[in-house]
Amino acid sequence: MPQRPLSPHLSVYKFKYTLATSILNRAAGLVLSLGLPALVYWLMAVASGTSAYTRASALLSLGVFKLLYLGQLAAFCYHLVAGVRHLIWDTGRGLERAQAQRSAWVVAGVSIVLMVLLGYWAFLAGARLS
Amino acid sequence: MSLRSPLGRVLGTGSAKEGVQHWWLQRLTSLALVPLSIWFVVSLLSLPSFDHAIVAAWMSQSWTALLLVLFVVVGAWHSQLGVRVVVEDYVHATGVRTLTLVVVTFAHALLAAAGVFAILKVAFGSAA
Repeated sequence: MPQRPLSPHLSVYKFKYTLATSILNRAAGLVLSLGLPALVYWLMAVASGTSAYTRASALLSLGVFKLLYLGQLAAFCYHLVAGVRHLIWDTGRGLERAQAQRSAWVVAGVSIVLMVLLGYWAFLAGARLS
Repeated sequence: MSLRSPLGRVLGTGSAKEGVQHWWLQRLTSLALVPLSIWFVVSLLSLPSFDHAIVAAWMSQSWTALLLVLFVVVGAWHSQLGVRVVVEDYVHATGVRTLTLVVVTFAHALLAAAGVFAILKVAFGSAA
């Protein structure tokens, strides 16, 4: 087989909003994948009884994990909104350049608003819980 | 213009109709995750505390357990589909790529199974 260049070539594309929204969505998805082991660990701890849960809670309250939750929150907001944009694209709508440019701004705006609202709620919940 | 290869035409082979399966499953799981993930975040942040008794009581409610199982299974599935594409795109050495894909798939299967097991154990009331 001839060695042909395969997409994606991050280094050869001009950095534009199309590349930014696409690679951010992928990065956010990867961050969310990192949350899965933490979630399952937490669920297993609940199932293992109170003493195991206390130990797991101590671990999951470490600063590293608080950083992870912050990342999860931001990644969730972006991945959700950008994912809905992709689902709309899959119906064949909004693919014109002007529309895609506009929806990129909508995705950025909506996900940032969502991050602030959800972040505020999570902060309140965190303050109440600890 | 036909895109079929001469060899394929002679052998009478064609599409196995599975070319879009990965794409289709990624859309299906993402569609399901829109309501599931919103429910999970809202439900989790609405808990009065993260004490064991509170969380266990929450997990043993029938609807919570059912939706949690769906969230963990569909979430792990969607994650596996996504991470797989990232590995296929960026890990170029064939051997390392295959090995990484095996590890990624096994890890996701393990996480999904463990998650479901934990939820059902609490839901069926055998948690200590």
